Amino acid sequence: MKILVCISHVPDTTSKINFTEGDTKFDTNGVQFVINPNDEFGLTRAMWFKEKQGASVHVVNVGGPETEPTLRKALAIGADGAIRVNTVATDGFQVAKQLAKVVQDGGYDLVIAGRESIDYNGGMVPGMLAGLLKANFVNNCISLDIEGTNATAAREIDGGKETVSTTLPLVIGGQKGLVEESDLRIPNMRGIMMARQKPLNVLEPIDANAETESVKFEKPAPRGAVKLVDADNVEELVNLLHNEAKVI
Amino acid sequence: MSVLVYTESEQGKFKKTALEVASYAKAVADQMGTTVTAITFNTEDTSLLSNYGVDKVLNVNNSQLETFNANGYANVIAQAAAKEASKVVIVSSSADCKYLAPLLAIDLNAGFASNVVEAPSSTSPFTVKRTAFTNKAFNMTTINSDVKLVAVSKNAFGLKENSSSATAEDFAPSVPENGVKVESVDKVSGKVTIADAEIVVSGGRGLKGPENWGMIEELADVLGAATACSKPVSDLGWRPHSEHVGQTGKPVASNLYIAIGISGAIQHLAGINASKVKVVINTDPEAPFFKAADYGIVGDAFEVVPKLIEKLKAFKAQQ
Ligand SMILES: Cc1cc2nc3c(=O)[nH]c(=O)nc-3n(C[C@H](O)[C@H](O)[C@H](O)COP(=O)(O)OP(=O)(O)OC[C@H]3O[C@@H](n4cnc5c(N)ncnc54)[C@H](O)[C@@H]3O)c2cc1C
Ligand SMILES: Nc1ncnc2c1ncn2[C@@H]1O[C@H](COP(=O)(O)O)[C@@H](O)[C@H]1O
Repeated sequence: MKILVCISHVPDTTSKINFTEGDTKFDTNGVQFVINPNDEFGLTRAMWFKEKQGASVHVVNVGGPETEPTLRKALAIGADGAIRVNTVATDGFQVAKQLAKVVQDGGYDLVIAGRESIDYNGGMVPGMLAGLLKANFVNNCISLDIEGTNATAAREIDGGKETVSTTLPLVIGGQKGLVEESDLRIPNMRGIMMARQKPLNVLEPIDANAETESVKFEKPAPRGAVKLVDADNVEELVNLLHNEAKVI
Repeated sequence: MSVLVYTESEQGKFKKTALEVASYAKAVADQMGTTVTAITFNTEDTSLLSNYGVDKVLNVNNSQLETFNANGYANVIAQAAAKEASKVVIVSSSADCKYLAPLLAIDLNAGFASNVVEAPSSTSPFTVKRTAFTNKAFNMTTINSDVKLVAVSKNAFGLKENSSSATAEDFAPSVPENGVKVESVDKVSGKVTIADAEIVVSGGRGLKGPENWGMIEELADVLGAATACSKPVSDLGWRPHSEHVGQTGKPVASNLYIAIGISGAIQHLAGINASKVKVVINTDPEAPFFKAADYGIVGDAFEVVPKLIEKLKAFKAQQ
C-alpha cells in the first residue's frame, strides 16, 4: 500500500497572530511553525501501517522552501520520503489541484490529510482532493483500518460516532482518535540523522489557479473587561444573563 | 440565477441552522437583485421557509438519500444549482456541511469560502468575511470563480424574518453510487448535542473527578444545554471524547458557554471563542479564562454551581 500524508505547515498553537503590509500578510516574525496537529495524528497512524502492514509512507506539502524543516520533521518521525510542490499555497482549491497531480503521478492508494488546518481553518483540502480524484472520502476520521483494498473507518458525528466501510483509493480528513495523543512520536536523534539521508523531492507546480483570494486580515475588536459577580450573589448572574446578555 | 441554499432537516424537520442560512441567502439575493431557492431532503413540511425569504423550495424525496451521504448530497445540490443556474450556493457549517461542501465545490467548480460570519461586503467582486487562525482573526476573502460557494458559521448571522410565499416543487435528481457505507451509528439519543445547542455547560479539571459531574448535568438540564469538557478531562476518561471541545476537539459556537473549573488555555479558547456570551466560574482570579469571558464568578464550583442551579430553577419557574 502506498500512503501519502498531506502536511500543512502552521503556526504553533500559542503563536501571537499579527499582520504586516497593511494587514494583508501574516506576520511570521518570531512565530514557530509546526506540523498541523491533525496531520500529526494522521502521520502517526501511517507509521502503524508502515510497521505492521509494510506500507510505504510519503509526506507532501504545497509551499515554499520555508516549509522544509516541517517536512524534515515528518521524515525524522519515520516517513520514507518527502515531496514539496514549490509554490505559495493561496487557496484550498489550488492546493488540492497540486496534490491531486502528486497523487495521480505517484499512484497512492491512501491519502491521509487533516480535517482542518489551524491557520486558515479552511477544512477544504481533503474533500476537494477526494472530489478531484473521484476517490472515496471520509471526513472527521477517528479510526482507520485497511485489509487489502477494503477500509473500515469511524468518524465523529454530532453526539457520537459512525462506523463506515469503503474501499481504496481513499482520502481521509483525520483528527485525534486516529491514534491517541500518547502515541504521537517526537523525533529522536536516530530519526533526525536518518532524515538527512532521505529524499526530499522538490516538484514544480502545475498550472492551477486559485479561485479565491485573501484581501485583508482584521483582528477582532478588543473585548470589554469581564463583569465579575460575587460568589455570594449568584442571583445577580441569572439577572445579567437574562436582562443584559439576553441568553436565557 | 437564484441564490441556492441547502436547508438541512433532521427527521423531517428543519434545523435552526437551516433557517439561519436561509436568512443569509435572502440577504445575498437582495444584494444581487435575485430570488432564493432552497434545496432540502425528505422534509415533511417546507412552509416554514416562507418566513425567511425563500421563494422556491426543491424537495428531494428519495429513499437512497434517507440518511446523509456526503457525496450523494453534494452531487444532488450541484444538480439543483445547475437547474437554477445559480451563481451563489450557500450551506451551513454543520458537521455534515463541512463534509459535503468541499466535494460540492469540485462538482460546481466553485471557489469556496468557509466559516463566513457576515453578509458579503460586496457582491461584485464577491467579498466575504471569514474567521481564520482559530477565531483569533478575520480574513476578507474574494471569490473570483463564476460560481461561488459560501459556508456560513453557526450563530454568526442569526435569524432574520422575511415573509415570502415559497412555492414547493419535487425534485428528482439522479443519485450517484455511494462509495462510503454507514455500518453502524453509536449516538447518545435524547441528549442535546454540542453542535445544536444554544447553551453549552463545560467542566474542566477543576472538578476533580468524574463523580462530580452530577451538578454539571443538572445545570445543563435546567438550561436545556449540552455538556462539554476540556481536553484533559476526556483524556483522563472522566467524560467521553465526544464532549471534548477546543482546538483539537469540537468547535463551539453557542449563544452561551459556561466554563466551570477550566483555566482557559489558548487551545481551549480557540475552540469556544465563537460563542456569543462566555461565563467562567473558577477559584483562581488569575485564570486566563477571566480575560476571555463576559461574566465571571471567582469562587469554588462546588459552592457556586448548586446555588446557580437553585436560582435558575427559581427563575425558570417564574417564566
Ligand atoms: C496542541 C494542543 C492542543 C490542545 N487542544 C486542546 C483542546 O482542544 N481543548 C482543551 O480544552 N485543551 C486543549 N489543550 C490543552 C490545554 O493547553 C490545557 O492544558 C487544558 O485546556 C487545561 O484544561 P483544564 O482547564 O480543564 O485544566 P487546568 O488547566 O488544570 O485548569 C483547572 C482549573 O480549575 C480551577 N479550579 C480548581 N478547583 C476549582 C474549584 N473547586 N472550583 C472552580 N475552579 C477550580 C483552577 O483554578 C484551574 O484554573 C491542548 C494543548 C495542546 C498542546
Ligand atoms: N499547503 C498544503 N500542503 C499539503 N497539505 C495541505 C496543505 N494545506 C492543507 N493541507 C492538508 O489539508 C488539511 C486541511 O487543511 P485546510 O483545508 O487548509 O483546513 C491539512 O490538515 C493538510 O493535511
